[in-house]
Amino acid sequence: MFNHIARRLLHALPTLWLVATLTFILLRLAPGGPFDSEKQVHPTVRAQIEAHYGLDQPIYRQYLRFIGNLLQGDLGPSYKYEGWNVQEIIAQSAPVSLELGALALVVAIVVGMPLGVLASLRHHRPAESILMGIAMLGICLPAFVLGPLLLLVFSSSLDWFNPLGWNYPSDRVLPAFTLGLFYAAYIARLARSGMLDVMQHEYIRTARAKGLKESVIVCRHTLRTALYPVVAYIGPAVAGLISGSFVVETIFFIPGLGQFFVNSAFNRDYSMVVGTALFYALLIILFNLLVDIIQMWMNPRTRND
Amino acid sequence: MIKQKKVAAANSAATSLGQDAWQRLCQNRMAQIGGSIFILISLLCLIGPFFVSNTYDATNLAYGAQAPSAEHWFGTDDLGRDVFIRTLLGGRISIGVGFAATVVALLIGVPYGAIAGYAGGRTEALSMRFVDAIYALPFTIIVILLTTWLGRSIVLLFLAIGAVEWLTMARIVRGQSKALRKQTYVEAAMINGVPHHRILLRHILPNMLGPIIVYTTLTIPAVILLESILSFVGLGVQPPMSSWGILINEGAMKMDIYPWLLIFPALFFSLTIFALNFIGDGLRDALDPKES
Amino acid sequence: MRDRSQRTIAVRHMQLKALIYYPLLCALLFTSGCGKKASNVERGLKQQELYVGIQSSPSGLDPHLTTGVVEQYILIALLEGLVTRDGQTLEVKPGVAKSWDMSADGKTYTFHLDPNARWSNGDPLVADDFVFSFKRILSPALGAPNAYMLYPMRGAEAYNKGELVDFSKVGVSAPSPKILVIELDAPTPYFLGLLSHVSWFPVHPPTILKHGTITDRASKWTQPANFVGNGPFNLESWKLNAPLSVMKNPLFRDPDSIRLKRIHFLPIPIDPEERAFRAGHLHLTYFVPSHRIDWYLKNQPERIRFDTYLGTYYYGLNVNRPPLDDVRVRKALAYSINREDLIEHILRAGQKAAYHFTPPNTGGYNAKDGFSYDPQLARQLLADAGFPEGEGFPKLQLLYNTSEQHQTIAVAIQQMWKTELGIDIELYNQEWKVYLSTREEGNFDIMRAGWIGDYDDPFTFLGLTTSNSGNNHTGWSNPEYDALIQKSNETLDPIQRRKILQTAETLLLEEMPIIPINFYVRRLLIHPTVHGWSPNVLDRHPYSEIYLEAEPASTD
Repeated sequence: MFNHIARRLLHALPTLWLVATLTFILLRLAPGGPFDSEKQVHPTVRAQIEAHYGLDQPIYRQYLRFIGNLLQGDLGPSYKYEGWNVQEIIAQSAPVSLELGALALVVAIVVGMPLGVLASLRHHRPAESILMGIAMLGICLPAFVLGPLLLLVFSSSLDWFNPLGWNYPSDRVLPAFTLGLFYAAYIARLARSGMLDVMQHEYIRTARAKGLKESVIVCRHTLRTALYPVVAYIGPAVAGLISGSFVVETIFFIPGLGQFFVNSAFNRDYSMVVGTALFYALLIILFNLLVDIIQMWMNPRTRND
Repeated sequence: MIKQKKVAAANSAATSLGQDAWQRLCQNRMAQIGGSIFILISLLCLIGPFFVSNTYDATNLAYGAQAPSAEHWFGTDDLGRDVFIRTLLGGRISIGVGFAATVVALLIGVPYGAIAGYAGGRTEALSMRFVDAIYALPFTIIVILLTTWLGRSIVLLFLAIGAVEWLTMARIVRGQSKALRKQTYVEAAMINGVPHHRILLRHILPNMLGPIIVYTTLTIPAVILLESILSFVGLGVQPPMSSWGILINEGAMKMDIYPWLLIFPALFFSLTIFALNFIGDGLRDALDPKES
Repeated sequence: MRDRSQRTIAVRHMQLKALIYYPLLCALLFTSGCGKKASNVERGLKQQELYVGIQSSPSGLDPHLTTGVVEQYILIALLEGLVTRDGQTLEVKPGVAKSWDMSADGKTYTFHLDPNARWSNGDPLVADDFVFSFKRILSPALGAPNAYMLYPMRGAEAYNKGELVDFSKVGVSAPSPKILVIELDAPTPYFLGLLSHVSWFPVHPPTILKHGTITDRASKWTQPANFVGNGPFNLESWKLNAPLSVMKNPLFRDPDSIRLKRIHFLPIPIDPEERAFRAGHLHLTYFVPSHRIDWYLKNQPERIRFDTYLGTYYYGLNVNRPPLDDVRVRKALAYSINREDLIEHILRAGQKAAYHFTPPNTGGYNAKDGFSYDPQLARQLLADAGFPEGEGFPKLQLLYNTSEQHQTIAVAIQQMWKTELGIDIELYNQEWKVYLSTREEGNFDIMRAGWIGDYDDPFTFLGLTTSNSGNNHTGWSNPEYDALIQKSNETLDPIQRRKILQTAETLLLEEMPIIPINFYVRRLLIHPTVHGWSPNVLDRHPYSEIYLEAEPASTD
């Protein structure tokens, strides 16, 4: 087990290097630089600024310096926000996004699982279609529609919640639902198909079962196996939650990291883009590892690679 | 009951796998509904505009945003443009981008994954490591940088979106390819000296069609959704072309004052995504041997 | 029968799960009731705390490095220059300098600093602090984008461009701790007004040097724990994309003049900002989205404001690309835009149509209209240029940066040109950075642009289209125009000077390398409990004048 974990973490290093390099290349290819601004700066001034950030060096040297800094764990200063280091910005904003993501995941599971399981128990009956239909609403309404819609109903009209901010516990509710309902839909589908799969098998065995006890065990087992694809989905779900949090953070004015994913690319804030990309990559890798461990724990049969 | 199953099994043995799957698909009610909705919307978007007299770019500043009326079935927007025709034409663009980007994803993902899974060993490991790396990039960053680098034409938009979607395709295909490679008939073909590309084309690819079709159908709505998110950021389709993404973004901002700007495009958008997902689910159920 | 029993078990299992899940949901909703939201506006009134929307986080708080409007809003709370401006009249008033004298030839100014002026850590504010600050912003190594604002000072330009190395030769000196002397190259009529710009603000030398060298760009001196300023407020907290808060500075030179205890700057994007205002979370917004204007005009007219602002929205033409090299074509494009319609239906904020470039009443200068809306004449000119009814006119591209507003305007103008002149123009938008880079390369036919004045003098506008202006992307160069502008800068007599400026402006409109469309209007939402906030063309609202009071302000 630990061998496996160690090996996976080791494999993560080249992936991270590749992420950094790809980002570097893409950034340099995009036209426009971090210091282009509306009012033209005098060429000598411009030269000074670029020299300070090492942008006047030939590309390969910039790259080497970039990798060198990364190896020392230095993500560098933000090009857009003067006086701020990328690490500081990430340390400040990441906890917020992680909290939002976690809550959204909870919403996704709490809403999706019951819907999916219930639907599977009503297989081939109208209730199944209705339930899955409700679940699918989450997929069809993107966050920038769902968010304002929820706000219109629950904030403007009913006045139950603040329209934005991240100060009170109640501020978490609408954003978590806006972000989470999309994934709730997927989880509902997975739960349903997982349950259906298992019930096919167990069905045969229950035919032989006698008495309540075994049936209870069978049911518990059903749920456990149905959970399997859902757990597998959590990895990609987290990925989507973090990178998709941008929309929710903008609408609800949440000081998270999501906005930096987008704005730093627009600002050509080179170091910030790389910093957020690496943070995200690390998160994905760790999460996938976690999910794999949970899966292994759930079903020892999948221990082979 | 067991006797009935035996008869059914005997019957199904007589038909081919494809016909079998098709039968199951047709019995799936949700998939049928989805299919009809999708066909209806597609027809409307494709042919409908020819029958509508209003043009999509005729602005009428003095008129402004008006609720639905006899002349404008879906109302007008801020600039006095007819929402009905814009919704239909937006559908052309959105569904078109959906298909085009999916084709791009297929063209890149399938060969990539098939070869990686087939080759195995170092090649596979390296290829999938590369996929993992791109997968680990937040898609927003990739698409923003790609669209700014490649430019704003719609063709380049397909490429940018396709460049994000091919990864999942590649992963799925690689898994299938790897499993198929271990099949005895493939090994037999290899021993017999059949060249690799022949094996891939003749033996491996055809047997992966099932999952490929399923994921293709599921990728299209994902692309349509992605385009709408890009519009939120301002990077989707460019004016004067209009997509559902642009329309629902605009509508979402103004939904409490001009609800028709959101309702109609969102309805079309949601129904299409709904429909495509159910078709995809139906296909998956139909092609899944466990169901029989 | 057996499958039914299995189903019943499963259902009961589901019910068990339901017993767990749904109470959780209810608990969640219940907590939503707790942490009962207190409206910022209510709270602010009680505690004299102002909530201001600023749309995006400031990119920095160093007055020598920032260029944006948002940063300016915050910096005038944290720092103060030699002079300040009255919020209503924009009259120059004493700031750090209590009084000043000008020499007879207009080239030397002597400032007497307020003995009460101190830094927020208690250090007295001395003239040497200004000398240090000017040296800092003019140091080439710092790469300050606004260093050019100090060029009227003798030797400043040379020092900034690296031609002069000894700063003591630059025209600023501190003969005594409370006396600052500034020498100019030439008598500059708008000099005092210039001094209120943030680039002339002082910074605290020990703080700067504690966190790096004098020219260290990435220094941490602006972090809340380190910031030392001389303004009415102190930096309390600053997290990116979260509210930035400042609190009253008890060591300010005139603390009794300030009634607000705290100001919170919230970087909320446009649409959520309006929603926040509606819900009572903001006193002042940065903007109002166009589609909300009608609602406010109808329901809460006292809360929405449209105030003229020192800016012109225009389309720049690349005069090196035919047929735009023909002045008749340029004029045709300009004369066929129905600005009134545009403003009434799209802009909708009471903007003024622009038939000249410099906004009205800029430092007392009122330019005359150089043309009018005349589609007939436009068609004639186009025909004279060889494109009767638009025949044969190439499909030019109109470039603008991605924004709903610019797009709407562009679409409307595209239609106007098509209807009136019969020509087809292609719209092309680019994301901000790409747009800037394209513009700089001169890679456009027609481009959308906006120019906002740094200070209220016509030079900041008319200087844009001189030959050596780095911001003149049109490629237009006219030595006669350059000479006129040069002359205006050397003329002290205001009436004489305005005449020269008018001549230059007329020449500019005769040549039409830029098509002025409308003058900016600052539109925003303001809560009735805000008092002492006055509109002015510089959009400068000294926080010392603002306070919160329960009765709504009387309309003026």
